[in-house]
Amino acid sequence: MSTTFQIWRGDKGSGAFKEYQTDVAEGMVVLDAVLQIQAEQAFDLAVRWNCKAGKCGSCSAEVNGQPRLMCMTRMNQLPAGEAVTIEPMRAFPHIRDLVTDVSWNFAVKKRITPFTPRPPDAPDGTWRIAQEDVDRVQEFRKCIECFLCQDVCHVLRDHRLHDRFVGPRFLIYAAALEMHPLDNENRIADLREAGGIGYCNITKCCTKVCPESITITDNGIIPLKERVVDEFYDPVRKLLRVFRS
Amino acid sequence: MQPIPLTMAPGRFGATTRRDAWWLAPLGVFFALSAFIVYSTWAALQGANYSFGPYLSPMYSPELFGDSPHALFGPRPGWWPALLPFSPAILVLWAPGGFRLTCYYYRGAYYKAFWADPPSCAVGEPRSSYWGERSFPLILQNVHRYFLYLALVFIVFLSYDVWRALWFENPATGEVSFGLGVGTLVLALNTTLLGGYTFSCHSLRHLIGGGIDLLSKKPARMAGYHCVSCLNRHHMLWAWTSLVWVGFSDFYVRMCAMGVWTDVRIF
Repeated sequence: MSTTFQIWRGDKGSGAFKEYQTDVAEGMVVLDAVLQIQAEQAFDLAVRWNCKAGKCGSCSAEVNGQPRLMCMTRMNQLPAGEAVTIEPMRAFPHIRDLVTDVSWNFAVKKRITPFTPRPPDAPDGTWRIAQEDVDRVQEFRKCIECFLCQDVCHVLRDHRLHDRFVGPRFLIYAAALEMHPLDNENRIADLREAGGIGYCNITKCCTKVCPESITITDNGIIPLKERVVDEFYDPVRKLLRVFRS
Repeated sequence: MQPIPLTMAPGRFGATTRRDAWWLAPLGVFFALSAFIVYSTWAALQGANYSFGPYLSPMYSPELFGDSPHALFGPRPGWWPALLPFSPAILVLWAPGGFRLTCYYYRGAYYKAFWADPPSCAVGEPRSSYWGERSFPLILQNVHRYFLYLALVFIVFLSYDVWRALWFENPATGEVSFGLGVGTLVLALNTTLLGGYTFSCHSLRHLIGGGIDLLSKKPARMAGYHCVSCLNRHHMLWAWTSLVWVGFSDFYVRMCAMGVWTDVRIF
């Protein structure tokens, strides 16, 4: 079946949607169609991809306005008989066609205090951890760094507060470290100040677009917000800390 | 952190290439919450028809001062300013109202529906300025856990109201007997739904165990954490069902008190 695709073509933010027609067969995903168009009609179409299995996080784009992995969006999930729009992520600098520069994310990650384990539990330098204590952070470790959550977050996408807010990806990265049973570091003050956790207004858009179905807001961001309240906004807790110290 | 040079222009208000009816959910939230606010404000200001037999409207519970037999401390206090309208609901309704206003679920929902911040995911916004919950006034949302403490107390009172709704007075003899009416079921379901909403609260989840990294060393809190987490997965559902039912419970008691509806005794 022939399907119409409107693909964003252009460099560094300038450009326009260009229309292509290609045949779509049963079982195809959006990335298949894009690669078919690249092979048959648009040899210079820039698209980043790698594993085609939803694990590398390379082929992030906006399909019909929704941030998605192209390799995990089956054609039969999209409205039949309608043109499919594909455009690059809007929250990052545009390079060309469907490719954006996501290096800001790697710079942010370097600024988060790394895992700092307590001294080993055993003389051989090993630790003992209860499974139920690490269960909670396992969910966050599923992240493939596709940055779709960063793309859909309106604080970055619309308000462009990249200099003040680390975004949902790095809030759950920090949550995975902060909630780890072996970790001794306290990142709460950093999350409040440099991390800008207060900018999150809990729209849950990040959770909705996560291809790994990580419950980013409920299990990651809100628990961190509560830890910030513990340290900075709960007068009773503050008083108890004074008495305890 | 340094700002980064974004080259794609941000969308105008409502701009999106989404094909689905993205406006439907925020519009539904807008009308549903507006309808509840209008009804609950009207009902709270009535100050009448809020009790019927053993039933007390949940919007008036606990009735601290008032004219019904449910009043804990007697009729309207003498110190109440004459210029201010008096209703037993005014004295208590701010607490559950504050609990819902600062609730993590409702915050996300009403920021979208009432303030378009954003109107929906990946849809352009009307304003370029943004403060988030970092500064006044939204920094006050951090008070949520204190409203939770109050909400837990309210659950105790509402449970007591259900207990009282099981004891019916014979108007002829004055004799009180155990029974069950449709109103009893309405109030019991209301307390169950409000209990589900309160016990699925994100702040409660944190306080009961979420703030501890080594939960395995505290088995009681770990069990509590798992219970609250289980309820928390459906927090949105609890929020809406309890909101609708608390409104209906008040309406049911009001209709019975006004003589429009007849409360059916099951036994």
